[in-house]
Amino acid sequence: MIRVVLPPHLRTLSRVEGEVSLEVTGPVTQRSILDALEAGYPMLCGTIRDHVTKQRRPFLRFFACEEDLSHDPPDQPLPSAVASGAEPFLIIGAIAGG
Amino acid sequence: MSKVRVLVGTRKGAFVLTSDGKRKDWEVSGPHFSGWEIYHLKGSPADPNRLYASQSSAWFGQIIQRSSDGGKTWETPGGGMTTTPEGMPQGESNKFVYDVSPETGKPLTTHQWYDGTQHAWEFKRVWHLEPSIKDPDTVYAGVEDAALFRSTDGGHSWQELSGLRGHGSGPKWQPGAGGMCLHTILLDPRNSERIYCAISAAGAFRSDDGGKTWSAKNRGLRSQSIPDPSAEVGHCVHHIALHPSRPHVLFMQKHWDVMRSDDAGDSWREVSGNLPTDFGFVIDVHAHEPETIYVIPIKSDSEHFVHEGKLRVYRSRSGGNEWEALTKGLPQENCYVNVLRDAMAVDALDECGIYFGTSGGQVYCSADAGDSWAPIVRDLPAVLSVEVQTLP
Repeated sequence: MIRVVLPPHLRTLSRVEGEVSLEVTGPVTQRSILDALEAGYPMLCGTIRDHVTKQRRPFLRFFACEEDLSHDPPDQPLPSAVASGAEPFLIIGAIAGG
Repeated sequence: MSKVRVLVGTRKGAFVLTSDGKRKDWEVSGPHFSGWEIYHLKGSPADPNRLYASQSSAWFGQIIQRSSDGGKTWETPGGGMTTTPEGMPQGESNKFVYDVSPETGKPLTTHQWYDGTQHAWEFKRVWHLEPSIKDPDTVYAGVEDAALFRSTDGGHSWQELSGLRGHGSGPKWQPGAGGMCLHTILLDPRNSERIYCAISAAGAFRSDDGGKTWSAKNRGLRSQSIPDPSAEVGHCVHHIALHPSRPHVLFMQKHWDVMRSDDAGDSWREVSGNLPTDFGFVIDVHAHEPETIYVIPIKSDSEHFVHEGKLRVYRSRSGGNEWEALTKGLPQENCYVNVLRDAMAVDALDECGIYFGTSGGQVYCSADAGDSWAPIVRDLPAVLSVEVQTLP
């Protein structure tokens, strides 16, 4: 299972507590994780990436294994520790706004 | 006894304030959606328990919330664990996509940017939600960048009424300081085909065919801050109000001046009269007296607080030109709050109640048509919108 950590506002919106566990078929990438996340929690559609372009929203970042993966191509395989569930995929709200 | 339910949108959540017809003792519910900007929430005239809310955030974008029990519980329509016949998730209640189809959307893709260049339309947020008068599942949304959307399935899906954006003047529209927003939607209670809307900084528009086609309705408006003060579009309209018994009479608070139209927007004349300033955001009409209107003058567009440190509502009982200051119960010194365009409302009780919310987090109520005022709450986050429902 893939582990995903959502920012607090999106946990409230999707009515989950703690981490989200997802089944991902095929290569584990940013795109495949977000596809699985939106399929399980449709209210998150549009809140992490644009509905149409699928671009990451500007004030959100993707971290894993102590690395900022936000600018990596969406189809690039994620670290094996994320794919195995040893490490979570972190969706982070940028520290902005004072 | 009748009740009132006041719906308050703030920078950090929504609040629902309820009281009986005396409007002295209040129950406060909230914050709902805490931490999110709630630009607007409004109840359906056809089903008072059906509420819609615009929830947004710079981080996470736009969410539409819906309640079917008067605000006790909320849901994201289309955001539940449902799938299309093709097996795709249906998280579309927050999906606002401009219509560019050859059939209904004009090939109009740009408007005027601050520097005079053309700029692509980009959806940012919903400023105003206007539920249909007759159908609880039909609701209109005014959005930034300016466009009008409609949902006929209770907020699950949204379609642009692209005739507005494509009617011809769109490339001349440009954002005001608050963005290029469609902030006012008025549905004519006597003519279901007639819709008014207003855009900053473009002006007022009217459709007489249910939103398919539109025309600018700005004749008589004068704005010294634009190259042609009497241009067809480019006016920064802040808000428009009408009385349901006389929907062809419109009252407008423009960036500068209070205006009136007696011919459904075909022409406007100034009725600022003896107001202490010519700037402001809100305007509303007494529930039972179509010639009684209310504004809150703001000192200027560069200061955005009330004049002379005094919070004063101005009332005209003659449809404009002659105004009286209403001050009883309102702070008359050291007050520097603003009152934004959607932050005033009136109830329909026999003794008409007037409500407004401030940038300082106060929501005031007058249960006697403005003669005296009292705060319902004093310390909410900055208030963005106030609506009121009169309940049996």
